[in-house]
Formats: sequence, C-alpha cells, structure tokens
Amino acid sequence: MAPFSEFGVLGARGVLIAGFVIGIGFGATLERSGLGSARKLMGQFNLTDLAVFKVMFSAIVTAMLGAFWLSKLGVLDLSRVYIPETFLLPQLIGGLLFGVGFGLAGLCPGTSCVAAATGRGDGLAVVIGMFGGVLLTGAVLPSIQRFYTSTARGGYTIPTLLGVSEGVVVLVVVAIALAGFAFAGRIERRFRAD
Amino acid sequence: MNESARREGARPYADPYLAGVALGLVLLTAFVVVGRGLGASGAFASVAASTVDVVAPATARSNSFFADHLDAGSVWRDWLVVELAGVCIGAWISAALAKRLSFTIERGARSSVSNRLVAATGGGAVMGIGAVLARGCTSGQALTGGALLSVGSWVFIAGAFAAAYVVAFARRGAWS
Repeated sequence: MAPFSEFGVLGARGVLIAGFVIGIGFGATLERSGLGSARKLMGQFNLTDLAVFKVMFSAIVTAMLGAFWLSKLGVLDLSRVYIPETFLLPQLIGGLLFGVGFGLAGLCPGTSCVAAATGRGDGLAVVIGMFGGVLLTGAVLPSIQRFYTSTARGGYTIPTLLGVSEGVVVLVVVAIALAGFAFAGRIERRFRAD
Repeated sequence: MNESARREGARPYADPYLAGVALGLVLLTAFVVVGRGLGASGAFASVAASTVDVVAPATARSNSFFADHLDAGSVWRDWLVVELAGVCIGAWISAALAKRLSFTIERGARSSVSNRLVAATGGGAVMGIGAVLARGCTSGQALTGGALLSVGSWVFIAGAFAAAYVVAFARRGAWS
C-alpha cells in the first residue's frame, strides 16, 4: 500500500534519499525539455513556442491519471497524499505577483535552479533574487498574518467545490489538455510568422 | 534559428510531450513513495530560515514562518532542500550528457547583459514574494496541486499565467 512513507515501508532517512533521487529525475526532465532556458520559457508568453504548456499539462495529466487510477485500484491511499492547502485570496494575489516576477525573470524557482546548474548566469541571478524575496517576505509575514491566513479552505479540491465525482473532473481536465495540445501547433505557427 | 542547436554539438531538446509524461511519472513517483509532490520555493524558504537562525536565532524562532521551516532540525534534513539539491545535480548530468553545459547569460538580441541581470534578479525577488504568499510556486502549486485538483493551486495557475502574459506583452521587445 502506498504512499510508502505513510505505511512504514520507508523511514525518515529513506524519505530523504528518495527525495534526492526524485529531485534528480525532476531536474533531468526539466533540463531535457529545455525549460532551463529563459528564452524557451518566454516563447510561451510570446506564443512562439508553447513548450511550457505542453510539458506542464502532459505532466499534470500523467500524474493526475496515475494518482486517480492507482487510488481506484486500491494501491495508493490518496487521503494520505498531502494536498496543498487552499487560501483563496493569498493564492490569487500571490499568483499574480508570482506571474509578474515570472514574466520579468523568464524563469520560475525550479527552472532557475536548472538554468544556474547548467551554467546560465541569468539563472543564478533569479536564484539570488528569489532568495532575497523569500527572506524579506518571511521577515514581514507576521505583520500581514491576517491576510496570509485569510480565506482558508484547507485541503479543498475541484470535485468538492463543484460537487461532482473526481472521475468527471479528471475527464474534463484531460479533454481541455487534449484540445490545448491540438491548438498549440496552430498558435505557434501563427505567432512565429509575425 | 533553432535555439536548441545553438551551441556547437549540443543535442536538441526532447519532445515536449515525451518530457512532460516523464515529468508526470516523476511526480507520480513522489506521490507513491513519499506521499507528497514536488517543490522548489519551499527549499528557498528553508534555506532563508536557516540563514536567519544563524544570524539572529531569536528573530528566527519568534517568526512563525521561519520557525515552521526550521522543524527539520538541520537544513539537510529538510525534504525540499534535499530534493532541490537533486534537481541541480540531475539538471547538470542531463545537460552534460547532451553537451548543453555552457557559461552564458541568456538574453534577447537587443537586451544588454546588465538589463538582463536586473530583470532576472528583480523578477526573482517579486516571484519570491508571490511564492511565499501563495505557499508554493510552479512546482508545489501548479504541477503538484494541479495534478491533485486543488482549488487554490488552480487559482494560483490562473493568476500567475495571466500576470506573466501581461508583463511579457509589455516587455515584448526584451526577448525579440
């Protein structure tokens, strides 16, 4: 029965070693896909290269389908997988700020590490800026605690929000992703020509 | 010009769908083995908390955000820090195998090195603010929370991409 860490298969040390190995896989797949390159990432926002959308949504769909079916088969206890908690307003405002920074930097936190590790100086600059931003925000966070913990919804999923079964939401996300994949090539061709 | 073939002998990047499925399998492995998803910004928070703890331990302990990130006892016992160290090593190995390692500062043709570094550092800092408020980034919220169908994560995805499109459009000369 999985998650292994929750059923005593893996101790504290094993969880850390697994984290290191999983990180290697994460870094390698990001690098392979070219997402360690700010120029490639900016192609998403200039609509000339939709690699970010293609990689992210095929990853989300793969992991979502895997988690859904492993749970249906009784292999994975999804109630013991940590779901990021929802805080609607801080996540909306945080998301908007994050996007502003993302558009300026051309790299996100994970891909900036990939860029820095493969020799890109701009990646290192994003890492340093990111560290400063986290440090400063962490320092002032107690003074905006009310906002930070507002609109808390706990582990809140789309099936719960809409009152439909998980299978329906999974199906809709797959359909949206496939439609996006079908259109991606057309969008790229149109904006590359400009 | 094909960017991926920019460097002499560098192999082209993988097919995005194939790389995406591989990334999805890494994420699924994390769910199955350790009961959690991937992350990046949380590791920055842990290192920041440890830094404050060294410089001003009383401040670190009295600040609930930093204190929460000192739970592991040592920064190298923090799962996200170990995972992000793996990310750097995995990226380096992957780039070395594909002959893609090189010291560069990637920027648009009309963008100077200093402009690029200012945008990168400033953008990184603003991203840091956003990631703390949102409790995660493109890894912990978008990929992980997205696959687990978390409402807050999809709110984050919508906000982040909407804002990034606006900024990229306003600065569209920077990468041309």
